[in-house]
Amino acid sequence: MGRKSFRGGIHPPEQKSFAEDIPIQNLPLPERVIIPLQQHIGAPAEPVVEKGDAVKTGQIIGKASKFVSLPVHASISGTVVSVNKRPHPLGTDLLAIEIEGDGANSWKRLPKDEDVSKLSAEDKKKRILDAGIAGLGGATFPTHVKLTPPPEKPIDTLIINGVECEPYLTADHRLMLEKPNEILAGARIMADILKSKKIIIGIEDNKLDAIRLLRKKTRRFKTISVLSLSVKYPQGGEKQLIKAATGREVPAGRLPMDVGCVVQNVGTAFAVHQAVTQQRPLIERIVTVTGTGINSPKNCRVRIGTPVADLISFCGGYTSDDVKLISGGPMMGISQWTDTIPVIKGTSGILVMKGSDVETQEEQPCISCARCVDICPMRLTPNKIATFVEYKRLSDAKENRIYDCMECGSCSFICPAKRHLVQYIKLGKALCSTL
Amino acid sequence: MDFSLLSALIVLGGLGLLFGAGLAVASRAFAVFKDPRVERVEEALPGANCGACGAPGCAGFAEGVVDGNYPVSGCTVGGAEVTEAVALIMGTEAGDVSSCVAVVNCRGDKEACPDRAIYHGIQDCRAAMLVDDGSKGCVYGCLGLGTCVAACPFNAMIMSENGLPVVIEALCTGCGECVKACPRDIMQLMPTDQIVFMGCKSQDFGKAVKSVCKVGCIGCSLCANPKTTAEGLITMEGKLPKIHYDLVKDPWGDLENAVNKCPTKSFGIRGKVPEPLVKEEEFPVT
Repeated sequence: MGRKSFRGGIHPPEQKSFAEDIPIQNLPLPERVIIPLQQHIGAPAEPVVEKGDAVKTGQIIGKASKFVSLPVHASISGTVVSVNKRPHPLGTDLLAIEIEGDGANSWKRLPKDEDVSKLSAEDKKKRILDAGIAGLGGATFPTHVKLTPPPEKPIDTLIINGVECEPYLTADHRLMLEKPNEILAGARIMADILKSKKIIIGIEDNKLDAIRLLRKKTRRFKTISVLSLSVKYPQGGEKQLIKAATGREVPAGRLPMDVGCVVQNVGTAFAVHQAVTQQRPLIERIVTVTGTGINSPKNCRVRIGTPVADLISFCGGYTSDDVKLISGGPMMGISQWTDTIPVIKGTSGILVMKGSDVETQEEQPCISCARCVDICPMRLTPNKIATFVEYKRLSDAKENRIYDCMECGSCSFICPAKRHLVQYIKLGKALCSTL
Repeated sequence: MDFSLLSALIVLGGLGLLFGAGLAVASRAFAVFKDPRVERVEEALPGANCGACGAPGCAGFAEGVVDGNYPVSGCTVGGAEVTEAVALIMGTEAGDVSSCVAVVNCRGDKEACPDRAIYHGIQDCRAAMLVDDGSKGCVYGCLGLGTCVAACPFNAMIMSENGLPVVIEALCTGCGECVKACPRDIMQLMPTDQIVFMGCKSQDFGKAVKSVCKVGCIGCSLCANPKTTAEGLITMEGKLPKIHYDLVKDPWGDLENAVNKCPTKSFGIRGKVPEPLVKEEEFPVT
């Protein structure tokens, strides 16, 4: 079995054992939720409720404002207590709707089930949009946009991303083990919409049980294949996964649809199935709570908007007073200063590190060893770009394709001088956009 | 005399005369007029090429002044002296020259406004703001990583141990590079003949300010009250008071009441650098 992969990449310690074998548990209904209006890439949703309004679970509380935008839904029933700026996992305070729950979890009435096979592709896409589904792998790009390629770019392969290459995280792994039928059904719905003939499910081979299970389930489908991929970071990057699964390279500055591919996360496939067959909006997701700083790591099914503090206390609390909290995985996640932030659609994990486990080393000058150049999965020169940004030579940074960087963090991981390469690149992008 | 020697002289001399004539014609026909004032203005400028005037450098500013694109008082760095010299060359009036000095509009040092998290990363305020909006307790406050200090072309700023930058006024020329560099708009230019300034930028409500900072303005508007200061001297803009310097006649006397009555001591007083921060003999403060 030849294992396929891409050029470059690193192999950080996997650390999946914390929560790998722990089945998904439902988090008790939160008392209050904070639902940000910006949980996806694109224009934020516009609030359609006011302070004092009673809302039901699944009701739309923010409507999509543009094509690249998504509605947000109430994830519990109760009363809107405020529409205000609140701490957001992405950093700055953003507008959010706070709902105090009534504990009843009474749902908005869902329409009766229809025969899904009779629905047209447009109807299915409408349901996906109405359910507010964003890419659940973490990038949170609106799914209905990805499923609407221009007619001159036919899609022949749908790739389902079950790679989960971020260390520590196990949410997708558990979902594949527990809901394989729904994931496959969701994948076939998306393939129907795209009229693509082939479905490839990519899984890293440190999840052999998931590979085995999905192979068994897909034996009778000729169009679906399960691909075992070598364990390497960032194998789950969209462009890296396309290269590994199909051998095609997405040119710089282009999109997967330019090479006839669309990549969707397994969590997204599950949500699509829920949305299209039952018209259930996206109001919950699987979150891995893990790391050395948490007493009992778990995989939880969490309502969107649940404060992270609730999750932490459900998982036994912090192991010490001094912890580092990261929303997402260790490679691409964003460290947080407070646990009052809510879980949003893109929160695949909450990583808690014990303070004493956090190693901080002083930044040294670049020694031009070019290890970052060797491992950069996008074939960039991170050392050069970072130095250009440091000395404010932004046009040179642009010439070295700063915008092609996907901020996977491999260069910062490998750098022997401990340079903050990704932060420089992020800074450079921010400075370039203000020029 | 040998004829060959003579012919060489004639040929080379003739060529020389021919080229000379050509050059003389070209210098007339293709002459580019350069205003002699440009050179004189450039000589009068400080020559620091700091770019505070908006031109790429002193030469650019000199050309701009002569072309009328910049006012004669455009060089804030040179102050009254340079402006007068430039005005003399240009044959205009220097007018009222107000020179500026940079002040730090945040008084929340490490003690008054403690950090909410520990930041490890690039020591640059703009970079720090990419990570959760900075580690400072107040999201309007000075991050204290010294982007302004690094931007100062005149070495007129230092970062104190308390986490706030200090302007060495003797060296500050009011060029405004620090104002441009600060991502939180903490640095501000104020007229040199004034001494009181607002030392807070927070647009939050009083309760939220109190929870993160001891010296942050809570927006009580006591200073803007006509009983405290003459009407119009201080007005509230949003949740912060604004001092209208053009109306202040007596820089200290007019505003003394406001400074003393402020319950949070949010006003800053120029030239008053707390003792442990800077030793006066090291950095003379005017």
